[in-house]
Amino acid sequence: MPEVRNDQAVFALEFQAVGKAFTAGRHRVDALRNVSLALPKGTVAGLVGPDGAGKTTLMRLAAGLLLPDSGRVVVFGHGTDNDTEPLRGLIGYMPQRFGLYEDLSVAENLALYADLHGIDRQERAQRFQQLTRMTGLAPFTARLAGRLSGGMKQKLGLACTLLSQPRLLLLDEPSVGVDPVSRRELWNIIEQQVKMSGTTVLLSTAYLDEAERCTDVMLLDEGELLDHGSPEAFRGKIRGRCYRVTHPELSNRDLQNRLSGQPGIVDAVIQGEAVRVVCDSEDSAGAVLAGTDTGKPRIEPVAPRLEDAFIDLLNKRRAPVRQANEMAGPAAPVADEEIIRVDDVDRWFGDFQAVKKLSFTVRRGEIFGLLGANGAGKTTTFRMLCGLLPASSGRLQVAGVDLRKAAARARARIGYMSQKFSLYANLSVSQNLAFFSSVYGLRDDRRDERIRWALRQFELEPRKDANSGDLPLGYKQRLAMACALMHEPEILFLDEPTSGVDPLARREFWNRTNRLAAAGVTVLVTTHFMEEAEYCDRLVIMAEGDILTAGTPTDIKRQARTEALPDPTMEDAFIQLIQAKQS
Amino acid sequence: MWAMIYALLVKEFLALVRDRKSRFILIGPPVIQLFVFGYGATYDLNHIPIAIYNEDRSIASRDFIERFTAAPAFTEVLRLTRQEQIAPALDEKKVLAVLHLGPHFSRDLYLGRQPAVAQILVDGRDSNTAMIALNYMQSIVATFNLDWAERHRLPGPPAQLRIRAWFNPNLESRWSIVPGIAGLLTLVVTIVVTALSIAREREQGTFDQLLVTPLTPFQILVGKALPAAIIGVIEASFIIFMAVFWFGIPIVGSLAALYLGVVLFVFAVIGFGLMISALSVTQQQGLLGSFLFIVPAVILSGFATPIANMPPLVQDFTLLNPLRYFLVIVRGVFLEGLTADVLMSQYWPLAVIGLVTLSCASWLFRRRMY
Repeated sequence: MPEVRNDQAVFALEFQAVGKAFTAGRHRVDALRNVSLALPKGTVAGLVGPDGAGKTTLMRLAAGLLLPDSGRVVVFGHGTDNDTEPLRGLIGYMPQRFGLYEDLSVAENLALYADLHGIDRQERAQRFQQLTRMTGLAPFTARLAGRLSGGMKQKLGLACTLLSQPRLLLLDEPSVGVDPVSRRELWNIIEQQVKMSGTTVLLSTAYLDEAERCTDVMLLDEGELLDHGSPEAFRGKIRGRCYRVTHPELSNRDLQNRLSGQPGIVDAVIQGEAVRVVCDSEDSAGAVLAGTDTGKPRIEPVAPRLEDAFIDLLNKRRAPVRQANEMAGPAAPVADEEIIRVDDVDRWFGDFQAVKKLSFTVRRGEIFGLLGANGAGKTTTFRMLCGLLPASSGRLQVAGVDLRKAAARARARIGYMSQKFSLYANLSVSQNLAFFSSVYGLRDDRRDERIRWALRQFELEPRKDANSGDLPLGYKQRLAMACALMHEPEILFLDEPTSGVDPLARREFWNRTNRLAAAGVTVLVTTHFMEEAEYCDRLVIMAEGDILTAGTPTDIKRQARTEALPDPTMEDAFIQLIQAKQS
Repeated sequence: MWAMIYALLVKEFLALVRDRKSRFILIGPPVIQLFVFGYGATYDLNHIPIAIYNEDRSIASRDFIERFTAAPAFTEVLRLTRQEQIAPALDEKKVLAVLHLGPHFSRDLYLGRQPAVAQILVDGRDSNTAMIALNYMQSIVATFNLDWAERHRLPGPPAQLRIRAWFNPNLESRWSIVPGIAGLLTLVVTIVVTALSIAREREQGTFDQLLVTPLTPFQILVGKALPAAIIGVIEASFIIFMAVFWFGIPIVGSLAALYLGVVLFVFAVIGFGLMISALSVTQQQGLLGSFLFIVPAVILSGFATPIANMPPLVQDFTLLNPLRYFLVIVRGVFLEGLTADVLMSQYWPLAVIGLVTLSCASWLFRRRMY
């Protein structure tokens, strides 16, 4: 391995006015435009930005897998265009889907990558031991990689990447689809690596709390580097503009509905029992909040978060999200009416019990969350509730109908949106809408009216003739939701509705969902984004087919409160519960 | 209920027509295969390369040889002068057969004391071709004999064969192959369309989306079967049209009898296609399943090799094959002018196969929904 310590002035990674474009069919897409950045050695840099911002392109350029159209990429003083030979051992790149061989065991995968990197036998044994210990994979070395959980796979991928002891570690969304516990472990490994070997790390992430752990944060949007600085610097930009608002008479959801979209308010999200508000300038804040038609709210300033800063920056570049307030729903909500009842439900797959004696109820007009890591049984529960899967035993009642007896009748009253945003890719937006409204029995004028409603409400009008397969992810999500709402269902099932969607689109999505709930629609949602649990009225946390806990977000967080952690987040509570169960 | 099925139907057609790849699958391969098979697949041999080794230089032998070289079936590519040249010509596949006339050919012919011998050496590696070539040669020799006897006022052979082929007077194999292609291509397109349709929706996740609608599994199944049936019938019609107007094959029987057969055949095939579809989770599995069905279905249909030549057990097995019945119907209507009442023995097995496979598909479909 070449020594590079000789020149301290050399940056670990440098982009010099880099541009990169792709042609997709007839379109030319600028993936990166004039991006310049420099990372000193030992930096842990987080790359954040909406979908399609160019994060993966930037990673691949840094790894030397792509060459820039204009500008230069320089790694430890070596250009990726003409000086590639010394770079080989310096860079470790872990793509989103790391190429593990699923039919090989953990040890065989490691050995294979050791061979590929040409690591000699003596060094190898010691590296294996060190890495398997660090990743906690030591007890599983004989297990096939295909049989590992999502989190363990990522850890093995990381271990394979670290085998060659790279000086620059490039990780593309390493924590996607990884449960919170494994996510913490991944971070521990990365931080250990930085401390031990002074590795420089560049990672892209969709989780903004991960960005907070970085020394440098870069915000990318539409191929442009919007800002680059420490998390502290980002937060500093909106200091004094963040508030926590509560109201004695209004529920947090009503309050958020009234606040969001008001002039002067950049962002309003539900956080626990309060609404978190970001104003567009420091002086206007008080006036804006007092001036809105909200009676007498209690307002207290709070410390800014990185996320607030991003939303602020991104919002400035886009047309503000228009708040259309005509989410039609069924009749006025009847308080405390049970609309979903799950009684002692079991589900077996062969001799594996995916769901164990599950019981809970959901009331009309609630947003009810099912939280849990992958494989916790939330998707199985969901599929049973939608009538896609029969229960092995127990009783399931949806909208007053026993699913065992009249699943078809229950299905007419529910809307379902799957995590893949299942649409007919070859059909246009309006054809998809027409199809789904027809199969729900709408016709003629009623159908046309609902299609017009959906196009307007979900702002799909300009794209109504585009093939749904060609839409950006955010549009797909909106169209999928519109399709699920064509027949005005009483209950809406949302399976991981925000996976892979950027923070802005996520926000917009939750605003819509909140308005639906306010109109009396019951919403059941699964998510592995712990922060989204805050939007739910009540939720259950599942692990291994069991309910770990149930209650309001505040209740659940209160359970996790300790001396050391006076204000735990939902993720803290989740991890604590999981660990309590395992011990 | 019919409005929902209609919506499924529209969706299915839009999905096929708006996707360039699916559009191509429906149009490209059938057209290409029709022409390739229509022109390429034939049992008739033309321009068989032969070599001639004539040791008897006489008018009679020249006349004899001319009958070979002038026939469209044979082309003389080599003229041999020595015995040793025969083996290499056959070994190297320069010729398929060698016609050898000994030095006493014309003497024997004129004297009539003993039969004049013409030797034919034939390459038996491809037995089928060799047999056909020999057949042609034998008929040339037979004609020569008759003509010779007439010209020299000799008594002809005591018994002779006079052949007249019914239905296909010139015994053109295209007449039996092209109508068969109608069955073959309809089978392939219909199977592929149905076998992939559910698997594609499973892959895209839209299948779950369909299952949470008030549609019943039966409606979904009908919504899958009907578009395939319509496509199958259109496909068959196209090939029948081309057979008549492009390849000039006369259609003697009634179109109604033919179309009754087409519809029953398409339904029987859809039953198989939907069964494959219900069992496969990915499009890849669907495609593999289709091939596992299509290949034996074609080989055991009587399209190329007669069913009567197969071992009895295999013959029984072909009773399950819808293509077997359809080939009888399509050839019967085209060449024999059969009518619906005569073809009843072919219609009812197709109907039974269709009913059984569609019920199986619907049962599998319900069971494999989850």
